[in-house]
Amino acid sequence: MVTENSKRIVMDAERIDRSIARIAYEILEDNKGADDLVIIAVRSGGIMLSRRIRKKIADIEGVVIPMGILDITLYRDDVIMTDKKPKMGETDIPFCLNDKKIILVDDVIFTGRTIRAAMDALIDFGRPRVIRLAVLVDRGHREIPIRPDYVGEKLPSSLWENVNVILSESGGDDEVVIL
Amino acid sequence: MKLLLKGGRIVDPSQDIDETLDLLIEDGLIARIAPNLPTPEVGRDSGTAVVDLEGKTIVPGLLDMHTHLREPGHEYKETILSGTAAALAGGFTAVACMANTSPVNDNSSVTDFILRKAARADLARVYPVAAVSRNLEGEILTEFSDLKDAGAVALSDDGNPVATAGLMRRALEYAYSLSLPVISHCEDRSLTEGGAMNEGFVSTELGLPGIPAIAEDIMAARDIAIAEYTGTRVHIAHVSTAATVELVRDAKRRGIAVTAETAPHYFTLTDEALRSYSTDLKVYPPIRGSEDRDAVIGGLRDGTIDVIASDHAPHSSIEKDVEFAYAATGLIGLETSLALSLAMVEQGVISIGRLVEAMSVNPARILGVPGGTLRTGTAADVTVIDTTRAWTVDKNAFRSLSRNCPFHGRRLTGKALMTIVGGIIKYREDAKPL
Amino acid sequence: MELTRKDILGLSDFSVDEINLVLDTAESFREISTRTIKKVPTLRGITVINLFYEASTRTHTSFEIAAKRLSADAINISTSTSSVTKGETLADTAKTLEAMSPDIIVIRHACAGAPHILARLLGQSIINAGDGSHEHPTQALLDMLTIRQKKGTIEGLKVVLVGDIMNSRVARSNMYGLTRMGARVTVCGPAMLIPRGVEGMGVTVETNMQKALQDADVVMMLRMQFERQQGAVFPSVREYARLFCLTVPMLKEAKEDAIVMHPGPINRGIEIAPEVADGFRSVILDQVTNGVAVRMALLYLLAGGRQ
Repeated sequence: MVTENSKRIVMDAERIDRSIARIAYEILEDNKGADDLVIIAVRSGGIMLSRRIRKKIADIEGVVIPMGILDITLYRDDVIMTDKKPKMGETDIPFCLNDKKIILVDDVIFTGRTIRAAMDALIDFGRPRVIRLAVLVDRGHREIPIRPDYVGEKLPSSLWENVNVILSESGGDDEVVIL
Repeated sequence: MKLLLKGGRIVDPSQDIDETLDLLIEDGLIARIAPNLPTPEVGRDSGTAVVDLEGKTIVPGLLDMHTHLREPGHEYKETILSGTAAALAGGFTAVACMANTSPVNDNSSVTDFILRKAARADLARVYPVAAVSRNLEGEILTEFSDLKDAGAVALSDDGNPVATAGLMRRALEYAYSLSLPVISHCEDRSLTEGGAMNEGFVSTELGLPGIPAIAEDIMAARDIAIAEYTGTRVHIAHVSTAATVELVRDAKRRGIAVTAETAPHYFTLTDEALRSYSTDLKVYPPIRGSEDRDAVIGGLRDGTIDVIASDHAPHSSIEKDVEFAYAATGLIGLETSLALSLAMVEQGVISIGRLVEAMSVNPARILGVPGGTLRTGTAADVTVIDTTRAWTVDKNAFRSLSRNCPFHGRRLTGKALMTIVGGIIKYREDAKPL
Repeated sequence: MELTRKDILGLSDFSVDEINLVLDTAESFREISTRTIKKVPTLRGITVINLFYEASTRTHTSFEIAAKRLSADAINISTSTSSVTKGETLADTAKTLEAMSPDIIVIRHACAGAPHILARLLGQSIINAGDGSHEHPTQALLDMLTIRQKKGTIEGLKVVLVGDIMNSRVARSNMYGLTRMGARVTVCGPAMLIPRGVEGMGVTVETNMQKALQDADVVMMLRMQFERQQGAVFPSVREYARLFCLTVPMLKEAKEDAIVMHPGPINRGIEIAPEVADGFRSVILDQVTNGVAVRMALLYLLAGGRQ
């Protein structure tokens, strides 16, 4: 049972904002500008974070880069095995991915399986020049060899804990909590 | 050899008896019915077997006037041996078997074959019903007189209607002159062709081709009109519709010599049960809607329907474990009819006396065969019933060779405990099967 | 909302929520068919048997494409006759199939209830791809998806089904689905091909096509199944076309923005005039596209979460 006591705030609004800004700068620096950059958000955790990063890049560089949303349900490796009936969302990538530099964005990286699925899906949409991965929180416990390129914070957690990223667009204050 | 049935409730409408009495059987005949017959002392009169039947019901042996024993020709579905064993287990001391065997019972040699097989089985009595027309084809009449002499007790093209009114007219006239009843399977084939179930809302929902009630009604009206015009008699088999019940009721009111039977599935089930697409429910006439079912119950209540018969129609899994449209029609009923009919008594539709009339007295009278009574000096065909015994239908425990029973798994109340034919106990519920 | 049923046998017991779930899921799947690589790995390792006892090109192909786009293995068994004629019962066929351990069996059969018998005998999911004159649930779902796509909603629309209502499984499934979704359904056809008691399914009956089409938002023409009728049921094809062919003037009786549907294959000149079938109000090809999406959605919803 989740009680107020077991909830731990590990990042506050200010720390989140600084992390996003740093990620944006790093992306622009690696890429030497915003040319050919696109952001693909992993549904649903990556969507709001992607918008923030895109906004930051626009503030710094004066360019609004294209953004798409990727639903990875159909690429999951546990669709058949899970005891929950799968629920899928829509994929919305309104541009061609060929030769693009993709920044794949998710809020938290954990086992790495979601990102594996996301990369399989992306490759079915075209042949990007590079795919880089940005996450706000890396909580460890990887089960497959995947490492993010841009990380807001590394937050070691226990396997049974939940790490939640809450951004103010969905109501409340920006915070990252461990439950 | 004597058999003394002590302390049972004897219900014999033929003598207007319904009270607790003892019944003594001697040399295969009913010897005495009286209160408190002396129990022979052990060792002194060892020739008398005594059975204590306190709380049980003793009735004249039940007669199922509409069964299909499938022999000759379809012995994988049923034989005369297995069918008569099933009859005994269901409380029937006698059955009348329909002519649609292979070859058809349309000549005296087939009738004779059936009777010899029945004698060899030596279980329930068998009364062959011979065909009205050769090979049931509705073209040429069979030799009624020769068939009667061979042992046929009635005539019917059951499974098929007598195709034309002209042939039916001649059959009724000729049979009447020979004192043979004609049993009419009422079905206008031009209305039932391709049909699989009762036509109505349920068939519309299930997308199964319908068999309209009027297919039965039109033929019942035809045959009643012929009987009236020719001054003969007709027996309407397996009545399933409200309109046919009303036709029979009206005909009787007008003094026409018409009798009628129905089967337990027509007063027990409605076509809603077909939603399972269970082929065991595919039967002709089809199981109808609730209004028809209620009318059939009404016909039982007021005596319009004289007889309850099983229309026991065995089919193997080869004919039944298939698509509904391809499945054979018919269900087995010898081992469930009594309990399903007792439910009518339990529900207050008919008295136990009326049940005995419908399952023993009337069939014997209509077919003109012995039985239907416990009168002193008549053959001791007796059925002992426990009207309170609750049991679960297990088709796999049936004596019948077939398993096409839609009542499998159903909880029923009432069971034959003992079936006595000619003074000999041929079946005991608590003993091993014969 | 989850789809918890084992089988898709018909729409008679489908709830509004279940229909919406299937249609919403199908919307998402429609996008996959527009991609360059029209395939997702979702149902890798799942075996779908398409068991067709009745000839059918479009439903069969649609199910096969749906399975393949989801990376399932689709095995096709076509037989024009029932195994009954080979001395094998449907139960035998069922057990034989079970021994091959498929995950989903799609069955088309000329006899109503055949999928229900399979569903009772087998642990696998059964999808009814049309059983006799009973139901064709995937067709009705794709029809509803098409109506929703073109009209925005189903509720409150007047939908007219024209043709051989008695022998049409498409009509039955649509009657269940559309009435449940709040459409006003009118069925229209020759009087002897209107099944008894059909009003009990919540539809209006009209044997005059001009009258039936008044205020219609959707006109759904059914294939005239001359092959399914025994004996002299209707005088002639010519007489049928005189009364029930959807011609340009006939279509004027419906609303100006009414859409025209047909489950196919169409009998040009019998139930639908070529100019109407190919006209701008015809959504017949959208129905085909949506058919793949709906079948992908059903395979996905049935196969997912099986453990």
